[in-house]
Amino acid sequence: MSELRIDPISCVAHGMCAELLPERIWLDDWGYPVLDAEPLTPELEAHARRAAAACPVFALRLQRGSRPAGRDPRGSVGRERTDSGLTRA
Amino acid sequence: MSHSESAMPRLLAGVSGARPVDHAQHLRLHGALPESLPGLIDQLARAGLRGHGGGGFPFARKLEAVSGRRGRPIVVVNATEGEPLSAKDKLLLTHTPHLVIDGALAAAAVLGAREVVIAAESGAAVAAVDSALAQRPRGRRERVEVSVQMVSGGYLAGQETALIAALSGREALPMLTPPYPFERGLRGRPTLVSNAETYAQAALIARHGASWFRALGTAQSPGTRLITLSGAVSRPGVIEVAGGSSIAAALLAAGGASEPLQGILLGGYAGVWAGPEAQSWQLGESELRARGATLGPGIVHVLGSSGCPVDSTAHAVRWLHEESAGQCGPCVNGLDAIACSLEELRGDGDRSGAFAHLERWCSLITRRGACALPDGAARLVTSALRSHRAAFEQHARYGGCEACAGRSGVRAARQRAGVAA
Ligand SMILES: Cc1cc2nc3c(=O)[nH]c(=O)nc-3n(C[C@H](O)[C@H](O)[C@H](O)COP(=O)(O)O)c2cc1C
Ligand code: SF4
Repeated sequence: MSELRIDPISCVAHGMCAELLPERIWLDDWGYPVLDAEPLTPELEAHARRAAAACPVFALRLQRGSRPAGRDPRGSVGRERTDSGLTRA
Repeated sequence: MSHSESAMPRLLAGVSGARPVDHAQHLRLHGALPESLPGLIDQLARAGLRGHGGGGFPFARKLEAVSGRRGRPIVVVNATEGEPLSAKDKLLLTHTPHLVIDGALAAAAVLGAREVVIAAESGAAVAAVDSALAQRPRGRRERVEVSVQMVSGGYLAGQETALIAALSGREALPMLTPPYPFERGLRGRPTLVSNAETYAQAALIARHGASWFRALGTAQSPGTRLITLSGAVSRPGVIEVAGGSSIAAALLAAGGASEPLQGILLGGYAGVWAGPEAQSWQLGESELRARGATLGPGIVHVLGSSGCPVDSTAHAVRWLHEESAGQCGPCVNGLDAIACSLEELRGDGDRSGAFAHLERWCSLITRRGACALPDGAARLVTSALRSHRAAFEQHARYGGCEACAGRSGVRAARQRAGVAA
């Protein structure tokens, strides 16, 4: 299953994504998108692709089979994301 | 020699006054770094050495991650120490630079790295490392090039991707991850970024081994750690304590609190507030995590009765907001909104509306930046609201207290945070 990610550096709060995928994306107090923790379903995938394509600054990305944040290089999924991208033992 | 297992201090052996430990004294105190270091990663793992830059990540696992990548790695020593309440990394570089250099060379040997870059943020630290490097005899390790680089860019320069950017000649701004530095860091190489104290500890483990290391400290928090004490303590500065010793013991070593204690800030500006009961807590990342706290880079700040937790928190969040890179919407807007609310609480009269949104904003900004700065600010505010609730309610009802009008707490400590080993 694909996974949505927002690049917070590129995002400038156009807000298109929340309009195109309200099932998983909402806007915070300042107009920046927040991703729902709920994973995408197969039915939503096409909408998610459309939302990603609509972002004028390419800040929303749909990653296929991407590694979850905080997955360590040897493949074990940890409990806690650290700043270095490694997971605690 | 301090080979004796329970001798203290370890890192700060020979550190006193203004003169740094030179190479000859360094060898007398610690002995030479062994020429070959077989099984060092294993020793570091068994020693249980964790990073001292704030995250407390196991050092051996980071080494493994870097060594598992393709390409010749680079070793970076993070001694930028932008945290206002921390003074330990500067102290290490200016007073016992050879330990830091040895630790970085040991890591380079394990990784097959040919390059060590020491990133410092003061001219004094750069000069100290330069003269230390000049004292070292040319030997086998000369195949590793050690350099020291001055990095400016404030608090963010210490964040590892921002540090890589700064060392590459760009502005010290965090980058989107992945790739993480251990995958693609300086010049695109797998890069080990660790804190100066972490390397200094590793230098001792490389000499004396894991069981020597564990002879001090607790099973959960083995060895020693450097703690910077500030605020209402008689002798603010850096001390070395055995892992798991109580905060009360650390305060005592610094001459005790100089005022009745109102609270304790652990871990620094991105740390956790606690009440006076924290005096019995143990100084160890595991022990503190179990209580929802953190040691961060080894910071204990005492809020005395003349200080104000609302004022100190407001000051810290405003400072973090000013230090933020301004790159990520939730961070820039969220920190500003939170700082404004806290500042409003310091004003006159009824402020009951001011902290209505604080908790929600804190959870709203967490994990939504490219770096962990907003997460730290949110943690600070959430913990302040939890452990000093009454003070916040008081301020909301009646406006700023006397301390809010004055200059006490974290704000003043920052100006005083001197180094007294
Ligand atoms: C905003 C921010 C500032 C940081 N500043 C420092 C710093 O000044 N020194 C430091 O060693 N680590 C700092 N870090 C943590 C580094 O990103 C990195 O995790 C650390 O250098 C790793 O060293 P360690 O594993 O030895 O702890 C900072 C992190 C963030 C998010
Ligand atoms: S989260 Fe804040 S400090 Fe970190 S990169 Fe984004 S704007 Fe800068």
